[in-house]
Amino acid sequence: MLDLLKRPFIAIQDFYVLTGKALQNVVARPHYTDDIIAQMDLIGVGSLPIVILTGLFAGAVMALQMSRALQQYGQVDQTGTLVSISLVRELGPVLTALMMAGRNSSGIASELGSMKVTEQIDAMRALGTDPIQKLVTPRMVATAVMLPLLTILADFIGMFGGWFVSRFFLDLPSQQYWSTVWRALEWNDITQGLLKPFVFAFIISLVGCYYGLRTTGGTQGVGRATTQSMVTASVLILILDFFLGKIFVSQISS
Amino acid sequence: MPATTQTPVLQFDHVSVAFDETPALVDVSFQAYPGESRVILGATGSGKTVLLKTALGLQPPDSGTVYVFGRDISGMRERELFDIRSKMGMLFQESALFDSLNIEDNVSYPLLNQSSIHCPPEEVLPRVKEALKFVELEGTLEKYPSELSGGMRRRAAIARAVVTQPPLLLYDSPTAGLDPITAYTIIELIVKERDLNKTTTLIVTYRYQDGNLVANFRYNPENGGLEQAGQDGGAATRTFFMVLREGRLVFEGPQSELEKSQDPYVAKFVKRREN
Repeated sequence: MLDLLKRPFIAIQDFYVLTGKALQNVVARPHYTDDIIAQMDLIGVGSLPIVILTGLFAGAVMALQMSRALQQYGQVDQTGTLVSISLVRELGPVLTALMMAGRNSSGIASELGSMKVTEQIDAMRALGTDPIQKLVTPRMVATAVMLPLLTILADFIGMFGGWFVSRFFLDLPSQQYWSTVWRALEWNDITQGLLKPFVFAFIISLVGCYYGLRTTGGTQGVGRATTQSMVTASVLILILDFFLGKIFVSQISS
Repeated sequence: MPATTQTPVLQFDHVSVAFDETPALVDVSFQAYPGESRVILGATGSGKTVLLKTALGLQPPDSGTVYVFGRDISGMRERELFDIRSKMGMLFQESALFDSLNIEDNVSYPLLNQSSIHCPPEEVLPRVKEALKFVELEGTLEKYPSELSGGMRRRAAIARAVVTQPPLLLYDSPTAGLDPITAYTIIELIVKERDLNKTTTLIVTYRYQDGNLVANFRYNPENGGLEQAGQDGGAATRTFFMVLREGRLVFEGPQSELEKSQDPYVAKFVKRREN
């Protein structure tokens, strides 16, 4: 019983230790620049198709649904404002991060998990490299750089999706749409929209690495680590999103 | 017999390791002197792999002390351990080659990454080729581990373990899952490495015939094969046998004593002798 209570605390402690070491290694030698670039390509460029699709349809569906609500007040011409704010503040960062959790958190966990169960992590240590330095830090740095960039892209594509719906289904003039989109945004929205993916990037990469590196029990364990990392990363993203949103919203009202 | 004035290459002093209450090694003590071969026999789960990982510092002991080349590694930090590990070669059970790297990069990995191995860049490729020639895998530089057969992967992993020419080599079940002919080739390579480079060798296995080969045969550089080194139970090759049972060292000594042992667990391994 005591063990059962202790387990989550030990897990959190281990996660913090991993995070601490990974952050420490950002400045410590040796630097594995090649690995960082390879991961940027894999995590960032590799995620382009899903991020573009997610952004496009998120923006389009926002325009479609919001116009329904705005119709009640005769404010359909303000669709751009709603699309813009909700995309930049919420949907862009969260949906992109959730897609990345599904694609990359689980990918990292299964890759590192397979390495763990086939003793490649031990071999790495035996051959003079620190697995955290070689595997975790490059993935963390690559995700922290790429996720904000992908989010910016998703935001723009989403606005384009919103424009498509506004122009062809709601018959709004393009100029009207783009000017409301532009005018709606404040610095607070942009800061929030860029800080969130930066924070989520650490969740996505480190949760994946954490579950990957503690995999036990052969191929079955790899499957378990993959699922757990994706679920944990997604839930943590949603919870953190609320708190980050709360901080920024209260900043405006104060 | 080992000269008592020499420092042991590897020494375990009352070492115990446990994983969540389950003991993996219990009060294990032994000393391995330079040039010795040690064959560690034991059933699955008897702690053989843990013993090797503890020797490498991959698994810290819960109690007791491990000395490698006379230095206590039990409380060492990972970065200090890298220095010690560069003098040890390890063959992992499933080869543990890096899937994402080709054979050339796998074999050159310790040369490029081990901090105390200062290998000039222009010497890396010749040394990799030499190591691959040693295991007779010259044509596989560009191949990935997944493209090789189990026996070839094992040989490539041996090349990676010996490329830095470490004085201490640890082999974890080198013949597990291989057919008898490939298994013989692998043991032949291990004996070849031992006899040509005078390395201290620890071999974990559950097959007695592997131990028998290591104890009674030596590498003949003239015909490139193994030849009988004498029927004196391993004295000529300075081979000692160790038997582990549920984490405890239940036997330690030369082959002649091993074969005389009345212990039913120890005898179980010896009966498998095939000659």
